[in-house]
Amino acid sequence: MSDAKILDAKIPEGPVQDKWTSHKFNMKLVNPANKRKHTVIVVGTGLAGASAAASLGELGYNVLNFCIQDSPRRAHSVAAQGGINAAKNYQNDGDSVYRLFYDTVKGGDFRAREANVHRLAEVSTSIIDQCAAQGVPFAREYGGTLANRSFGGAQVSRTFYARGQTGQQLLLGAYGALMRQVEAGSVKLFPRREMLDLVKVDDLARGIICRNLVSGELERYAADAVLLCTGGYSTVFYLSTNAVNCNATAAWRCYKRGAYFANPCFTQIHPTCIPRMGETQSKLTLMSESLRNDGRVWVPLKKGDDRKPSDIPENERDYYLETKYPAFGNLVPRDIASRSAKEVCDEGRGVGPTGYAVYLDFGDAINRLGKEAIRQRYGNLFSMYHEITGDDPYETPMMIYPAPHYTMGGLWVDYNLMTTVDGLFALGEANFSDHGSNRLGASALMQGLSDGYFVIPYTLGNYIASTSMKAVDTDAPEFDQVEKEVQEYIDNLMSMDGDKTADEYHRQLGNIMIDKVGMSRDTEGLNWALEEIPKIREEFWKNLRIPGDAKDYNKELEKAGRVADFLELGELMARDALERNESCGGHFRVESQDEEGEAKRDDENYCHAAAWRYLGLGDTPELVKEPLHYENVIPSTRSYK
Amino acid sequence: MKINLKIWRQSGPDAPGRLVDYSIDGIDQSQSFLEMLDTLNEKIIKDGGEPVAFESDCREGICGNCGLVINGVAHGEKGACTTCEVRMRSFQDGDTVTIEPFRAKAFPIIKDLVINRSAFDRIMAKGGYVAVNTGSAQDANLLPVHKDAAEAAMDSAACIGCGACVAACPNASASLFVGAKISQYTWLPQGQVERSTRALGMVKQMDAEGFGDCSNHAECEAACPKEISIANISRMRREYTKALFAEQGS
Repeated sequence: MSDAKILDAKIPEGPVQDKWTSHKFNMKLVNPANKRKHTVIVVGTGLAGASAAASLGELGYNVLNFCIQDSPRRAHSVAAQGGINAAKNYQNDGDSVYRLFYDTVKGGDFRAREANVHRLAEVSTSIIDQCAAQGVPFAREYGGTLANRSFGGAQVSRTFYARGQTGQQLLLGAYGALMRQVEAGSVKLFPRREMLDLVKVDDLARGIICRNLVSGELERYAADAVLLCTGGYSTVFYLSTNAVNCNATAAWRCYKRGAYFANPCFTQIHPTCIPRMGETQSKLTLMSESLRNDGRVWVPLKKGDDRKPSDIPENERDYYLETKYPAFGNLVPRDIASRSAKEVCDEGRGVGPTGYAVYLDFGDAINRLGKEAIRQRYGNLFSMYHEITGDDPYETPMMIYPAPHYTMGGLWVDYNLMTTVDGLFALGEANFSDHGSNRLGASALMQGLSDGYFVIPYTLGNYIASTSMKAVDTDAPEFDQVEKEVQEYIDNLMSMDGDKTADEYHRQLGNIMIDKVGMSRDTEGLNWALEEIPKIREEFWKNLRIPGDAKDYNKELEKAGRVADFLELGELMARDALERNESCGGHFRVESQDEEGEAKRDDENYCHAAAWRYLGLGDTPELVKEPLHYENVIPSTRSYK
Repeated sequence: MKINLKIWRQSGPDAPGRLVDYSIDGIDQSQSFLEMLDTLNEKIIKDGGEPVAFESDCREGICGNCGLVINGVAHGEKGACTTCEVRMRSFQDGDTVTIEPFRAKAFPIIKDLVINRSAFDRIMAKGGYVAVNTGSAQDANLLPVHKDAAEAAMDSAACIGCGACVAACPNASASLFVGAKISQYTWLPQGQVERSTRALGMVKQMDAEGFGDCSNHAECEAACPKEISIANISRMRREYTKALFAEQGS
């Protein structure tokens, strides 16, 4: 008999429009004078972490904020290009909180929690107000009002942006707010620290163990609550659009301490990235999705056609998106565009040196609109592409291929953003709750800031005010024990003196992940991955080589710890993908498609969040389901034909 | 192709450093400069040595984490790009490339090519923001911003905080970094209330951190991967002077 927790999402009663309002009133408050007596650990300084740390500092909590980078300003939120959605309806085009809610639930292919998504849509408007007040230089109209654009196929213009650097500007706004609290003394900053474990006392999250990435020393920090704002896990694929230091380690160690991991197989593969060019490549570069507005996607009709694109006549080209999806053509959603590219490449019709690329051709657009018009729209993207590949997209078609970009899965959280470990919260991409099985464009920044600025300041107060906990400091035996385990783990990693580097194992895992647990998944491939990944893991723990000393700045040790966790997480992703025998959003099971090869969702059997409970190394984790109820947006089939 | 390297190695902040020669074969034109260093490090590890410590993160020119002096130039000779955006295509077979850290008194070396830039965070803490608590903002459209002002603010706000301006400056001045942040808020109505305190606070902290003063060499502008103009420095000087008078007058 399972002793797993019943997953109670703690969704407030009442109509979806009223839930957050009534919940805010019903939650307990911490007396202003008492807040400074409560210490809160915030791990991560991206949009979720920086906004949470700053807002909690403003409220008067004693905040300890950690990041692996040399400065909080470098967190990977900085790289988001496109924009941030908000239901302002500034364009008078029919947008509303309800419509943003509706679009997000539908876009997530009915695998997100309605109540969370509605709250997200509600607070979206406050986020824009907050960021504008901070001096984020959003794009403006001539009259001085905020400019909007339509993004990712949305039928209303609700996306706010700051050139192609929206993530950077929002992050610098949050970072500024954070540094103001550092100056005020309410937030203490700990850069170059990596959280390696969670410390629980009386089953409550009460602290963390970090490695100081400069000295190599282990450090202990105690608190009344721990907030994980550590981002997603796309780097499990090795090559992704994420920064090279992005990792799942903090979240994974929490999973092993009792936080359930939900929907790990829900990953987003972004269709327009520069293809892989060689064996030593370290990351993939995203090209804005807007390119598909004017570029036409095609491959040769014939297999193995290695002529130059200009030598392939029109009637020997296959504009496969336009033929398969006449209504949406090249603008089909991300998951469909990605999967279709993989299909034609798997058929042997891909182009470029690896055969894993498709053309994105601006020839027609240049003929129609002129070179100058195209330069105005995409000039910076074209020069970036030219710089990286050496090819000039004004002269020859671009080559693109999908790349892992965002992970919808993450630690399971209830409506209050608390994981299954009391006192441990997960915010932003690190949690699973708002995007279902597919995230819409310009929604990631919105969710990170929603969680940090406008949700956690309320729900954390409620937790602290309603939980009785004893005073704990870092001398507690629980800290001794966890630190000892972390030390042994590091000693084991350092002791092998093998032949292969952490990167080599990471690449090996990444190849399996992208091939078998990537854009399309089937029983055979997933079972194969479930056999192969443990083999790599076993070899890793025998044959790894880490040079240098653990008590020093040691990049290889950092990498090794992260790869060790990916070698476990990858297996869980494959298991989750195998268990979910339906196609939904970014998760495509070959076995679950209709006559025309389109994704077939199975609401009867899979209308739930799949949360995995760790039972020990080598043991099959237990699947605990949170049923999803749709009371407002009735599940329907997404069709783009 | 084959590349010869002279790389600065230094085991710790107080240890003596020196340029060490390496040679690496089989480098592909399509590799990035940092991938070339990855390849070198993998080879060093396999040979039983200690890899070259260097930093990078996003590898697409926006996080500001990477920063190397390549052949004497911060972020390399090409200009208008970060170290991670430098491609091996711009080198020839047999080239010798010298790689050093960004050097400044205020950026102490941690190890090899890794430096400590926390001085920038401390400068930001003295006013690199608009003091507005979460929740106290008015509707965003109640505060119109002229389109040109928003664009000018964005030009300054594009700074990635990499520190190339400091490394390129003969005085190791942080004036371009500080000037860009101060300028961003001078363009915006949101920045007016704290205009004086921001200029005073950030400039004083810059001096306290041990950065030098600006003497108009403009090397910072040439090295800046985001092409931030030195006009930001003259604006900073104006703001600072005005603020000094305002302070004395009050």
